[in-house]
Amino acid sequence: MKKDINNDKTSLFKLFRTFASIGVITFGGGYAMLPFLEREVVQKNKWADDTEILDYYSLSQCTPGIIAVNVSTFIGYKERGVKGAIAATLGMVFPSLVIITAIAAVLTNFQDNQYVSMAFSGIRVTVCAMITNSIIKLSKKSIVDKTTIAIFIAILISLFLLKVSTILVVLIGIVLGLLTSALKKISKTNGGNS
Amino acid sequence: MLYLLLYWEFFKIGLFAIGGGLATIPFLYQMSVNFPTWITSADVADMIAISQSTPGPMGINMATYTGFKTIGIFGGLTATIGLVTPSVIIIVIIAKFLTHFDKQWYVKNSFYGLRPTVLALICFAVSNIFVLSLYNGSSIRITESVIFIIVFFLYRKLKKIHPVVWIVIGAILGIVLKLPT
Repeated sequence: MKKDINNDKTSLFKLFRTFASIGVITFGGGYAMLPFLEREVVQKNKWADDTEILDYYSLSQCTPGIIAVNVSTFIGYKERGVKGAIAATLGMVFPSLVIITAIAAVLTNFQDNQYVSMAFSGIRVTVCAMITNSIIKLSKKSIVDKTTIAIFIAILISLFLLKVSTILVVLIGIVLGLLTSALKKISKTNGGNS
Repeated sequence: MLYLLLYWEFFKIGLFAIGGGLATIPFLYQMSVNFPTWITSADVADMIAISQSTPGPMGINMATYTGFKTIGIFGGLTATIGLVTPSVIIIVIIAKFLTHFDKQWYVKNSFYGLRPTVLALICFAVSNIFVLSLYNGSSIRITESVIFIIVFFLYRKLKKIHPVVWIVIGAILGIVLKLPT
């Protein structure tokens, strides 16, 4: 293969190919793709670090659209601007287009096949194990002090027990982040003056 | 004309469905009422089942399926592109904004609070699949839990192995051990 002269520029095709390879093994959407995203985007290509991935997820969570697509768009844009955003998104949706079209064209009782459903029960368990690993990794970037532990627990309670909606929770997170930082700043300047 | 209408309907879903694939479901049910010749509510139910057992984001799978049912292969393509257009536009605007303002105090500290929030959201979102896989409604599924623990530790130890290998191992174990749904 001939190497591109402009080595530091990621090719659009590479973005497309990478996201297609993530799309083809992601079962279950946005969060299930975390382990693959970490491997391809963070470790292999270094297009983003774990903190940035987390930030993209948080923004994707509160903006319209499919989370997996939103995250792909962010990374594509970061690498190659608007063209990169489109290439990454098309890569992400390409496997679905092919697979679903094939399924819709040839069969309708696909999920009723007992072997398919047994295989997917097994896949779900391994995906759970991989996601757990991703969550542990991301927790190191997001839970950095006592304040963030408190925010994490408060949000968990509001989601599981109080059934607060996603959008509201995101807004609460922003407000808490700003408020606690402002308080810290004030106490710091007060401490410095006294 | 049908292509345009299909594009527009999915564009609207892409614009209003906040929070990922599951958020598109109510819109699809609405569509089965407004455009009964495109999809029926039974199609939507089928689609949810198929989406969960095929790769790819659920919302994309749904758009492809509906578009295909309506006008074939190019229908699937039209609906899918319609669904992602608003996302791409909105995210590009936000990304542009971020590159200019990411050093600002309010942006930095918003993320300080957002990161643990999103971690909690991820835990919440994946709790469903955990419960589904490891609990059968009355007791813990022993076989699945053992597989979970073993795979978890092996996955952390053997970082070189591509994730797709674990997916294949999961599928094989599922069939060999006849894991129930």
